[in-house]
Amino acid sequence: MEKKTLFDKVWEAHVVKSVPQGPDVFFIDKHFIHEVTSPVAFLNLEKRGIGVKYPERTIATPDHNVPTVEQDQTIKDKLSRMQVERLRENCKKYGIELHDLGSAHHGIVHVIGPELGVTQPGMTIVCGDSHTSTHGAFGAIAFGIGTSEVEMVLATQCIMQSKPKKMRISVEGELGPGVTSKDIILYIISKISAAGATGYFVEYAGSAIRNLSMEARMTICNMSIEMGARGGLIAPDETTYNYLKGKRYSPKGEAWGQAVAYWNSLQTDEGAVFDKEYAFDAADIEPMITYGTNPGMGIKVKGTIPSLDGMEGSNKKSYLKSLDYMGFQPGEAVKGKLVDYVFVGSCTNGRIEDIRSVAQFVKGRKKADNITAWIVPGSREVEKMAHEEGLVKILEEAGFELRQPGCSACLAMNDDKIPAGKYAVSTSNRNFEGRQGPGARTMLASPLTVAAVAVTGRITDPREVFNN
Amino acid sequence: MAYDKFTILKSTAVPLPAENVDTDQIIPARFLKATEREGFGDNLFRDWRYDVAGNPKKDFVLNDPTYSGKILVAGKNFGSGSSREHAVWAIYDYGFRCVVSSFFADIFKNNCLNIGVLPVTVSADFAEKLFEAIEQNPNVEIEVNLPEQKITLLSTGDSESFDINEYKKDNMQNGFDDIDYLLNMSAEIDAFEASK
Repeated sequence: MEKKTLFDKVWEAHVVKSVPQGPDVFFIDKHFIHEVTSPVAFLNLEKRGIGVKYPERTIATPDHNVPTVEQDQTIKDKLSRMQVERLRENCKKYGIELHDLGSAHHGIVHVIGPELGVTQPGMTIVCGDSHTSTHGAFGAIAFGIGTSEVEMVLATQCIMQSKPKKMRISVEGELGPGVTSKDIILYIISKISAAGATGYFVEYAGSAIRNLSMEARMTICNMSIEMGARGGLIAPDETTYNYLKGKRYSPKGEAWGQAVAYWNSLQTDEGAVFDKEYAFDAADIEPMITYGTNPGMGIKVKGTIPSLDGMEGSNKKSYLKSLDYMGFQPGEAVKGKLVDYVFVGSCTNGRIEDIRSVAQFVKGRKKADNITAWIVPGSREVEKMAHEEGLVKILEEAGFELRQPGCSACLAMNDDKIPAGKYAVSTSNRNFEGRQGPGARTMLASPLTVAAVAVTGRITDPREVFNN
Repeated sequence: MAYDKFTILKSTAVPLPAENVDTDQIIPARFLKATEREGFGDNLFRDWRYDVAGNPKKDFVLNDPTYSGKILVAGKNFGSGSSREHAVWAIYDYGFRCVVSSFFADIFKNNCLNIGVLPVTVSADFAEKLFEAIEQNPNVEIEVNLPEQKITLLSTGDSESFDINEYKKDNMQNGFDDIDYLLNMSAEIDAFEASK
C-alpha cells in the first residue's frame, strides 16, 4: 500500500475533481471571514447575482480593524465602522454565524475558531488571512487565501488549488527552562529563512512538538507562513482530543468516539516520503528575538547581529537597508538595548497560556519606567479567564494596560500604533517595516521574553531574571 | 471577477530590486479599510513612496519619471507575508499588468493569477540581466508572450521561457476566472458535500 503523509490523507479526502494540467477543485469544510478581506467578495457575489452556497460552513468575526477600547460604543473611525457594518449586513443577509463585537465569543478569528471547537482534525479550513495556518495545530489543512478565493468559497465552497510539496520539520528532545514554542518557531525560521518553505506545506513532528500544549502548537503552526509555507500541521493526539472534548462544536456522544477513531487514522505512515526534511535538536534552542525586518532575521537574545561577511550585491543592500531601518549595526549585540513598548497579543500569542506566562513573570514586579506595556487578549473568552484567574489584577499592578480583544498593534490598522522610530518587543508574528505603525521598529519574541523586557526596560534574556 | 485578456505585452519596465518585499510594503494595513476594490493604486508602496507629510520621496523609483511601464521587475521573494489581495489590486490599479521576479511568495502569486496580473518567474541570472538593461536604458522594452510562455529583452533578444499551468494560462488568455469554472460544477460539488 502507498505510504501517505498526514497532509496527503487530508488533501485527498477533499479533492472534488482534478483538472488535467491544472489545479484540484478543493473542497473547504470551514471558512472564517472577517471585516477586511470579505466585503469585496460579497460585492462581487451581488454583481454576479449569486448567493452563498453553504452559509453554515462560514463563521464571521470582526477583528483586524476594531478598536480595543470602548467596544460597546459606535466605532469612531468611519472607514472601520463601515467595514464592520458591512460584515454585519452580509452575515444577516446570507445567514452566516457572526461573533460580533462584545458578544461572548468575539475575538481574533484564529483564537475563536479553536475555542469554539469549529477547528477539528482532518478538516480543510481557509480564511482571507495568512495566519489561518494556526488551525493546522489540530491536524487540519488550513491556509490563507485572497479575496477572489473568499468569493469562490462563499459561492461554491471550493477553490482551485495545486497541491503543494511536502516538508517535515522534526524537533527532538527537551526544551530548556525559559524556552517556549515561540522560540522554537523563531529558531526554525532563522535557520531556513523567510522564504525557505515557499511552495511547501509543513508537518511539524518530533518529541519536542508532541510535548507541547495545543496553544503552544498553535503558535508554531501560526508562523508557518513566515517562512513562506502555505501552512503547517501537527498530527492529532490525546492533547488535541483533550482540548476539543466538550467544546461547543465538538462532536458529542457516539459521534465523538467515531470522530476520534477517524482522527487517529490521520498519522503520517511509517516510511512516507517528504519532498524535504529538516531535523533540529531542542537542546540547541534558546530564547530568540528578531533584529531585522523579516521574521527570518532572528538570533538568540544573548546573540549578536550577523556581520556582513560573505554578503554581496542586492542581498547585502537589502540587509543594510533593513538594519538601517532598525537602527542597528552588523555584528553588535542586542541584549541591553533600550525598548519603548511591549505588546502581548495577536493570533500568535494572545491566548490564555501566553497571558498566564506573562502574569506569572511580572507578579510582584513593576514594568520599567521607559516602557509602555499593552496586553490585548485574543478573545473575550481569554479576557474573561484572565479576569477570573486574577491575572488582570497582577498585570495592572505591574503597570500593563489591558485592552479589549482584536488584532490591535500586530498590524496597527486601528489606533494601536507604535510611534515612528520607537522600539517594540512584540509577541506578534511580523517585524516588517511599518507593520506596527509607520516607522515603528518591531522585535519579535516569546511572551516570556517580552515580560522580561517589560520589567527591565531593555532587551533581556528571561532566564537571567528568572528567580531574582 | 472577469478581467482583461492577457496575450502579448510589450512595455518598458519599472525596476524594484529590493528583496523580500512583503505585502505590508506594497500596501500598508491602514489603507485596507475600503469596502470596494477601486483606488488602491494611490497607496501602492505608500511608505516608500511618500514621507509622513505625504510628499513624494525623490529617491523612490515610482517617483522617478525616468521609469514607467506596465511591467514591474521585482527582487527575490516578492509579495511575502499577508494574504491581502489588496496588494495585487494596488499593483493593477497603478497600471501594472505583469510582475517579473526570480521568486514569488505563494499566496501573492495565486492572487495575481486570480485578478489577471501575470506573475512571471525567471532565473536569478535573467532577473539580473533585466535590472542591468533597465539601468543602462530605462526605455528598453520587454515582451511577455503568454501563448509562447516566453519573456524577451527586446534590446538584446535575450529570452527565457516561463512556467504556468495550462488551466491558469487558458484563464488568463480568455479573461476567465475560477468562479466561472466552479459554478459549472455545482452538481458535482453538491454530491461531494452530501457525502461529507
